[in-house]
Amino acid sequence: MSSAAAMEAESATERLTLVEGVREGLHTEMECDDRVMVLGEDVGKNGGVFRATEGLIEEFGEERVVDTPLAESGIVGSAIGLALSGLRPVAEMQFMGFMYPAFDQLVSHAARLRSRSHGQYTCPMVVRAPYGGGIRAPEHHSESKEAFFVHEPGLKVVVPSTPADAKGLLTAAIRDPDPVVFLEPKLIYRAFREEVPQKSYEVSLGEAAVRREGSDISVFTWGAMTRPTLIAADNLADEHGVDCEVVDLRTLSPLDAGTVVASFEKTGRAAVVHEAPKTAGVGAEIATTIQEEALCYQEAPIKRIAGFDAPMPLHALEDYYLPQAVRIQDGILETVEF
Amino acid sequence: MSAQDDADYQHSTGAAQSGDEPIRVLDDDGTLLSSAEPPALSEAELLGMYADIKLARHFDQRTISLQRQGRIATYAPMTGQEGSQVATSHALDDEDWLFPTYRDHAAKYVHGADLAALLKTLRGYREGYSVPADVNLMPEYIPIATQVPQAMGMAWGQMLQGNDDTAVLCHLGDGATSEGDFHEGLNFAGVFDVPAVFVCNNNQWAISVPRERQTASETIAEKAHAYGVEGVRVDGMDPLAVYAVTRAAIKKAKAPTDDERRPTLIESVQYRYGAHTTSDDPSVYRDEAESEAWRDRDPLDRLETYLYQTDVLDAEREAEIETRVEAEVAAAIETAETAETAPERMIEHVYEETPDRLQEQLDELNALREKYGDDAFAEVLG
Repeated sequence: MSSAAAMEAESATERLTLVEGVREGLHTEMECDDRVMVLGEDVGKNGGVFRATEGLIEEFGEERVVDTPLAESGIVGSAIGLALSGLRPVAEMQFMGFMYPAFDQLVSHAARLRSRSHGQYTCPMVVRAPYGGGIRAPEHHSESKEAFFVHEPGLKVVVPSTPADAKGLLTAAIRDPDPVVFLEPKLIYRAFREEVPQKSYEVSLGEAAVRREGSDISVFTWGAMTRPTLIAADNLADEHGVDCEVVDLRTLSPLDAGTVVASFEKTGRAAVVHEAPKTAGVGAEIATTIQEEALCYQEAPIKRIAGFDAPMPLHALEDYYLPQAVRIQDGILETVEF
Repeated sequence: MSAQDDADYQHSTGAAQSGDEPIRVLDDDGTLLSSAEPPALSEAELLGMYADIKLARHFDQRTISLQRQGRIATYAPMTGQEGSQVATSHALDDEDWLFPTYRDHAAKYVHGADLAALLKTLRGYREGYSVPADVNLMPEYIPIATQVPQAMGMAWGQMLQGNDDTAVLCHLGDGATSEGDFHEGLNFAGVFDVPAVFVCNNNQWAISVPRERQTASETIAEKAHAYGVEGVRVDGMDPLAVYAVTRAAIKKAKAPTDDERRPTLIESVQYRYGAHTTSDDPSVYRDEAESEAWRDRDPLDRLETYLYQTDVLDAEREAEIETRVEAEVAAAIETAETAETAPERMIEHVYEETPDRLQEQLDELNALREKYGDDAFAEVLG
């Protein structure tokens, strides 16, 4: 290859959706590292219920792309064993609402293997799960319970909000030496496309992204809520002259406290937007981190704009449950005008 | 049916490998098998079962059509499986409990669920899950196999409280037998010898994973033996056989003889003709010829033939039943589509008494609705 052709290949991009970014992340990493394997219900022949693993079985075969029996605890437990044996398993849960049978394996074992064995054993694995509401799914298919996993020391929790991040963060998650829960906002699986590099690359875990620079208030969010938050920020700029800084956390554990605090020190005000229930959600952790580290910069109470402390309703009411641009705008205004 | 089709059927059922042939009353074409005794059902009961299967099939077709038109959300079709669902519920006494899955619309309806309520749930109204006060029916279970230990517990509770006339019937799928909850529930049922009947609707596919990749055991019924529970295999597309087997299991659950255990696991061998749900495309993972082969054993056709052959049914009665079930389904759709809901429903019944903080969250939402109008909430992504 000529150096010009090599440079071109290095910089080549394609326009992908978020779910295609996930697939590309799996694909490039399976090409780079033959220890990487994918397992779960319907991930092989069916290509996953959201088609995140489509085509992988044809390319990598049934030993690396495995349709398992329908058993979440079995999938995650066996992934732990696969990781212990030296492989790099990526397990798919069909929906976050079906992860609870695997919870014991994740929190009692995956999260603590390193600490329990004093570093002798490690558990480099990824558990992927589509999460969140807004797609008119049946009951138990729209949960956003990221806080359960954030609360567990030893796990990392990652939530992409763009196609390029989905690929880069997933690559980093697979290469990470610790177990990673990788939550995919299914509302925006196919909502938009963006240029994604064709080469293999990492987006580092534990680093938030400032999606919009601003001086009046810092708005922290992640996943599918990043989009309505940015819409709200634009509306506030146009209609009220309010200049929002929007920070997409990308990794919820470990939290990028440095970026959170630095942004708050700049603006002196904060709001957190998440679709999970308000009580004991990740918003509470962010607000408290700010209180602990930057109280002297605070000019207004920190506002949480969140889902209700009620089970996710069936689809007829889910649009009332999820934070909408108007709810986000009003919450931000209340804080700015305090 | 071709020899290849027959081989497919036997392959899918495991019948050829195990020699553990499913119990049958009707031949594939609906003729009473010479070796079989028909269950003791009156003409009215037979016609009732037939009408319910007919209604179930019509409901299924109408509901899939509503989904395609965007009038309801995701739906799990049941065509091919209605015969078994209707027969198991006909085998229950009114006081018995039913624990259904998300595909057991017909079983729920026969045991007393309101047809319009089923459709309300599919339209996204949680209030559709409520059942008439005198009906012993749980809301459908969506996570897989979670109902198995709970049904066992309900049966255990009935037994502990001396309710000897109450049994519990729990539906599950073949995929559910891979989950831990299935094994824990069956094990408890055996240990505590509870009046429960577990019906595994083995429709051969858990979304895209075939039965033989779900378990390496030859049959699902044989799993019962490991738990000290009786295991029975029945042709799930033969409504009379399913009725007979389920009725016997329910009776035994309530009054076993000295050498019998109460609980039974019934493997009802059947086939899902259509998709797992309306979000799924079975052509990606399944050969259409396999589906066609199973249609030769269709439960509605077989019962219909049997009833004609025994002069229980004639063309006039058939037409009358058809008109009646179509009207009933149409009325249910009308009721469901004119029902209304409101954001208040989200927080009702989360607790017996709504906490102040939750009420405040709703009040904030209602203030915004007042200010911006409901259209502002129509789309999350704006």
